[in-house]
Amino acid sequence: MRKVLLWLPLALFGLLLGIMGHGILNPEQTTVPSRLIGTKVPQFDLPAAVPSHAALKSSDLASGKPILLNIFASWCLPCITEAPILEELKAKGVTIHAIAIRDKPEDVARFLSDHGDPYASIGSDVSSRVQISLGSSGVPESFVIDGKGIIRHQHIGDIKVEDVPKILKALEEAR
Amino acid sequence: MIAELGLGLLWLAAGLAIIQSGLGMLGLWQTNRPELGNAVRPVAVAQALLIGISFACLIYLFIVSDMSVKLVVANSHSDKPMLYKVSGAWGNHEGSMLLWVAVLAIAGAGIALAERRVRRDTLIATLMAQGLLALGFYAFLLFSSNPFERLNPAPQDGQGLNPLLQDPGLAFHPPTLYFGYVGMSVAFSYAVGALITRDVGPAFARAMRPWVLGAWVMLTLGITAGSYWAYYELGWGGWWFWDPVENASLMPWLAATALLHSVTVLATRDALRAWTVMLAVVAFSMSIVGTFLVRSGILTSVHAFAVDPQRGSFILALMLIYIGGALALFALRVGTVREGAVFEPVSREAALVLNNLFLTVILGVVLIGTLYPIVAQGFGQQVSIGPPYFNPAAGSVALMLIVVMAAGPLMRWRSDSAPKVLRRLAIPLAIGIVSLLVVRLLAPDMGVLPWLGLSTALLAGTGSIAPLWKRNLLRTPLFTWGMVVAHLGVAVALAGMAVDSAFFKERLVAVSEGQTTEVGPFSVKLVSVEPIIGPNWTAIEATMEARRGDGQPTTLHPQARNYSTPPTDTSEAAITTHIDGQLYAVLGKQGQDGRWQLRLWWKPLVTFIWLGGFMIALGGLLALVGRVWRERRGMKSEEIAA
Repeated sequence: MRKVLLWLPLALFGLLLGIMGHGILNPEQTTVPSRLIGTKVPQFDLPAAVPSHAALKSSDLASGKPILLNIFASWCLPCITEAPILEELKAKGVTIHAIAIRDKPEDVARFLSDHGDPYASIGSDVSSRVQISLGSSGVPESFVIDGKGIIRHQHIGDIKVEDVPKILKALEEAR
Repeated sequence: MIAELGLGLLWLAAGLAIIQSGLGMLGLWQTNRPELGNAVRPVAVAQALLIGISFACLIYLFIVSDMSVKLVVANSHSDKPMLYKVSGAWGNHEGSMLLWVAVLAIAGAGIALAERRVRRDTLIATLMAQGLLALGFYAFLLFSSNPFERLNPAPQDGQGLNPLLQDPGLAFHPPTLYFGYVGMSVAFSYAVGALITRDVGPAFARAMRPWVLGAWVMLTLGITAGSYWAYYELGWGGWWFWDPVENASLMPWLAATALLHSVTVLATRDALRAWTVMLAVVAFSMSIVGTFLVRSGILTSVHAFAVDPQRGSFILALMLIYIGGALALFALRVGTVREGAVFEPVSREAALVLNNLFLTVILGVVLIGTLYPIVAQGFGQQVSIGPPYFNPAAGSVALMLIVVMAAGPLMRWRSDSAPKVLRRLAIPLAIGIVSLLVVRLLAPDMGVLPWLGLSTALLAGTGSIAPLWKRNLLRTPLFTWGMVVAHLGVAVALAGMAVDSAFFKERLVAVSEGQTTEVGPFSVKLVSVEPIIGPNWTAIEATMEARRGDGQPTTLHPQARNYSTPPTDTSEAAITTHIDGQLYAVLGKQGQDGRWQLRLWWKPLVTFIWLGGFMIALGGLLALVGRVWRERRGMKSEEIAA
């Protein structure tokens, strides 16, 4: 009995190694998807971020056809790399609404003139309150919302060239 | 050129590590050829010399900002203050591994030069184990983390050091922990050596003890300093977050604390032989597990070290070889180690066994809590484990442990009588019970854990001074003082934790310049907010005046800093220390109405937490000096007698 017990530490250590080896082979998922996927967009009514664009409220998103809601900020570097891709999506007929996070009107205006303007409307979310209520944890992020205002798909991070078919497919499925 | 020299020396040192372990094995096997074993000591010294120079090369490259070296580019910048250029050498994965193995080799040289207490064959086996251990880390450096790798073409300038790490305290935080980890690896080598030669006894324990003590002091300092760093740099006002990296440093400390006490039992009474060896292996395992958890990136943490699954696999393989090997050796050999001395259920040994048991339980609680998210993920669940699990689970056991801590030193070795022990403990017990009642009456809303914690702290505080009762303080040995100071430090830290978590005050307000707000006993006025420029950052800085009652105002300057390379925002909290606590202020964003968000805390007795931590480390240092001094004197008198 004592002989068997002496091997117990080695067995426990083997278990520990197994757990850690498993951890290595299955890297932790660091992005947390929004729990609101499949539910209606929470109620909000944001003022316009720049005078040139319309303000945005939640009812605008339930427009009868699927749209893309882009969460961005003028101070966000990945948003700059994302800007041409959004232009491309707009050229393919996608309606893009936006929420500018913790931003100032003059900065947003400069961002739009420097990096392009694919947006139908831009709401200003100075306190990030709407962003948080959408379950978004950073900028940029995009949501595909169907005609009834239900969130169908969430894209965390900037939309890259290779993500475009995925976004188009999600928009198609939301129809 | 210097980079190539450093790399060449690294290869040579690795070669010497092979020779050191090879000679050691041959020397143990062919006992009729003593010259083989005799050669191990000089080889160990030479290895330390080479790797020491190699590390000096790396520091030189950082000092001169040699931007043709990849590691310098990634972790330094020519504009950085000199202190951070130097500390940049070990503020990264490759450099810290090089420091690790350099300190390991220097410790090996120290053993080779100074160790006279253990049997010759045990010493050779220990140095052999050291050589094998170093070899693993050399392989790690040379094959997956070469610190001297060149970058061609060389860029104009470096990419800086994480500004969060640009802090004098933090420049020395990682090396402190590394010294601790290396000390544990020396204890591990001793344990392996003693198992090989079946020499687990008081002489082995006495040889191992200074390393355990030294490592423990370093780990204690590292954890205390790290906790203070997190407190003032992260701007959350908390001092312990049960973050995986914090746990990674706490686990070896818990094991080392247990080892420290069991090694004393082995050295003094020749009991707990197998258990001490086991703990030495566990303490070292925990330091490697800690390194693994930090470096492999399998757990999310605020300490985002360079994350690399390949490196994680390498550390895992090293663990499999060393710890698996040591545990197999343990299983095979420990049955042949003679049973040690026996003791009664009421005795100091028994109290120390209980202490070890509690520490092991806490270690298990922390280990399970840290690894559970990985296991849960295996079953498709995302969980994060935090204070709601750790605080009650670890805290309740820790309180029992601290009561035993107060009682243990008042017991006699081998056997004691329960009524006598209770009589010696009468005053501390009375103080503990009275404070339980008084605290409940004065603060009926206090949480259960802080309530018990404060009372336990008062019990343990008086209990830990009790061993000095009726003694001639000048004649009390230094290591007894060490124990008293360390135990008192535990009580002081516990009191700080209990009072802070029960009575802290927090305010989150938006104020305009000139307005005043209240937090705890203070009224705080926001005087002005202005931009300022630092050496490699810009910031907006608030000036605040805090006043308690009609007293003199003190000024606070919290900042929101912005570093340019790499672009990072940090918050520099402003803290003023008062005799009974700290006022802690963080400057937030400016709202659209022009008002500034302020976060203010009044944290009563919070300083006791780190004061206690430093007392614990000081106690360890006193014990270390006391032990070494006494043994030196003992050795001299033996020499005179001979």
